[in-house]
Amino acid sequence: MSWFASKSKPAAHCEAPVSGDAIVVDHITKKYGEFTAVDDVTFNVHQGEIFGLLGPNGAGKSTLIRMMTTLLPITSGRALINGFDVSKQPDAARQCMGVIPQAMTSDIDLTVEENLSIYAKLYGVPAEERQHNIDDLLKTVDLLKWRHAQTKTLSGGMRRRLEIARGLVHSPKIFFLDEPTTGLDPVSRVAVWEMLTEIKNRRALTILITTHYMDEADRLCDRVAIVDHGKLVALDSPIALKASVPGTNVIEAQFLNAPADWEEELKKIEDVTSVQPEAANMYRILSSNGSNTTTELVELAVRSKVEVKSLSVQNTTLDDVFVHYTGRQLRDEQVKAYSFVMPDRPGMRP
Amino acid sequence: MNRMWAIVERELRKFFRSPALMLVAMVFPLVQLIVLGNAFGGKIKDARLGVVDQDRGTQAVKVREALAAVQSNAHTFTPVPYDSDKQAMEDVRNGRLDGAIIIPPQYSRRVYEQNHPRIALVVDNTDNFMSSTLEQQLTSLVDALNQPDVDPSRILQQISLDTVELYPYIEYMKYLLPGSIVLAMFVSVMIGGGMLYIDDKARGVHEGYLVTPITKFELVAGLNLAGAIKAILAGIVITVLGALLSGLGSVFVPRNMLYILLLVVATSVAFNTMMFLMMVRVEDPLVPRATFGILNTLLFFPSGAIYPIKAFPAWLRFIAYIDPFTYAVHGFKAVLLKDAGFVAIRADLAYLLVSGAIMITIATALFKRTL
Repeated sequence: MSWFASKSKPAAHCEAPVSGDAIVVDHITKKYGEFTAVDDVTFNVHQGEIFGLLGPNGAGKSTLIRMMTTLLPITSGRALINGFDVSKQPDAARQCMGVIPQAMTSDIDLTVEENLSIYAKLYGVPAEERQHNIDDLLKTVDLLKWRHAQTKTLSGGMRRRLEIARGLVHSPKIFFLDEPTTGLDPVSRVAVWEMLTEIKNRRALTILITTHYMDEADRLCDRVAIVDHGKLVALDSPIALKASVPGTNVIEAQFLNAPADWEEELKKIEDVTSVQPEAANMYRILSSNGSNTTTELVELAVRSKVEVKSLSVQNTTLDDVFVHYTGRQLRDEQVKAYSFVMPDRPGMRP
Repeated sequence: MNRMWAIVERELRKFFRSPALMLVAMVFPLVQLIVLGNAFGGKIKDARLGVVDQDRGTQAVKVREALAAVQSNAHTFTPVPYDSDKQAMEDVRNGRLDGAIIIPPQYSRRVYEQNHPRIALVVDNTDNFMSSTLEQQLTSLVDALNQPDVDPSRILQQISLDTVELYPYIEYMKYLLPGSIVLAMFVSVMIGGGMLYIDDKARGVHEGYLVTPITKFELVAGLNLAGAIKAILAGIVITVLGALLSGLGSVFVPRNMLYILLLVVATSVAFNTMMFLMMVRVEDPLVPRATFGILNTLLFFPSGAIYPIKAFPAWLRFIAYIDPFTYAVHGFKAVLLKDAGFVAIRADLAYLLVSGAIMITIATALFKRTL
């Protein structure tokens, strides 16, 4: 009977960290009947890094994080948190991790401090440490003067900071955040990023976040795993992932009165590695030398008497990485949600 | 067990922070107590009774005097003289009169001749309560008129039935109070246990619990204990308010207070565990709202709170026998209305507590520790 006693005796603190990786995900699969939500995913998260799971809605990120955090049973494979198998020693694993779900679940009728106190008790934090932990966290997330405010009176950004504090109230070693900045305004998002980086450094945390924001993964994560249709399609540091995409610059140009063979003409320009036509005479051109390609592009347009309506040059982003590995952009997935099917871009898969 | 108390603390802090919902839950049984208690509990007063005297003899005068006496004393009806029996019957049909009495021609002569004298009573039997009241009242009146002027006891020994009432007359409002107390606790459990539990699930609050090292039993026990405490508070408040409203002083006898507390605790435990068992696998917040009316009808009405169980058909009696409401209502009636001792409620307490233990055991087995 596991009703009264846990499979592993829960300690008030996470037991001493094992050597090696903080998180080990080993050939993990989740099936719902015939549907495979997560398909044979394997990766390790090193101690002290911020690891991002990047993918569109429905890619399997939340299912993956829920299996790692003991919320969902694993169909096959295994996940180790601080060395504890989440299927065999769930309570020991739970004691080592803080989890912030996608929805804001702090109780809106309770005050900021009461929310933290309840969770400290649920994690079995000894009474003598509880107040110190709460004070320290409230200071860290800059909610000290709001400690007696009811949660429903807080703004979205403040509530997210409370959630972060709540996940750390038992001093975990590993912190899971499921889409931590969804629904926040740009200023609050940046504030959350800075806060997470500071907390990670101060507390020697390992952080795993899921996100569908490219800039978030790029700016915050040491390594990023791209997940699509339940599979891991790429894993590396943001810099290495961007370097893996042919071309270092992306030129987006829109033309008027372009001839029918204009795409072929663009491909002939020096340093161009690929050309993707988009809607309304818009072209997405990847180049290994952005400035040179831009100059030649403008000269070609003048020679061919084609008018350039707009032109922008930027470095390769994780969005381009996603396009490169999955064959479509993240925003395509948003369109799909409204039942539109965008045409495939030929030649985009590696 | 500290983790279980954390769940209880959270629920109670929420409850005391915004008790409006629970107070509304208590208002419903109180309104029912006041409205139903007054609507069904009263006696008929000032009904309009048409009197058609076609005899006008001395015995008819005696009847009219008896009717006037009822008007002056019991106030059950007010006699309204009519000349035409047809008009009187028409007025009963169209509602101007609640009933009519017709004293036929030759009535006095027949009385003196002892030749089957008869008086007609016309009633609107679509209103069962009114017609039976008038019938009952006029039967008593006729019985009184039949008594001989001289006591015939030396001549003929008649058998009579004398009724002994064990308890003083209980107004309907008092009769209804045990049911109202139990209903208040049920509504509290429905809102504070059922609806909030499913709403918390839908909002992801349980997801927050499930990632902590709390055990399955601690979580189930914490949620049930919190719900039971809220129902106990509702039960105590409604008992005191209901007793004051209905003028039931027996609540404030120290021995009865102890028995009431025992019943409130046992009822809260039984109701909470029953509700938790029903909701343990439910995910959709609409389900408890949709089933509220059904459960209320299915559990409250067969409990004997408003009508005796013995009058039910067999299938409804079966529901009554397994329904925790029945035992709670029986227990509260025994203490509040009959001033009975512990012997009268021990079987009720045992049923409520044992069924609670069985239900929490099944609910814990069904409770999923994962999403």
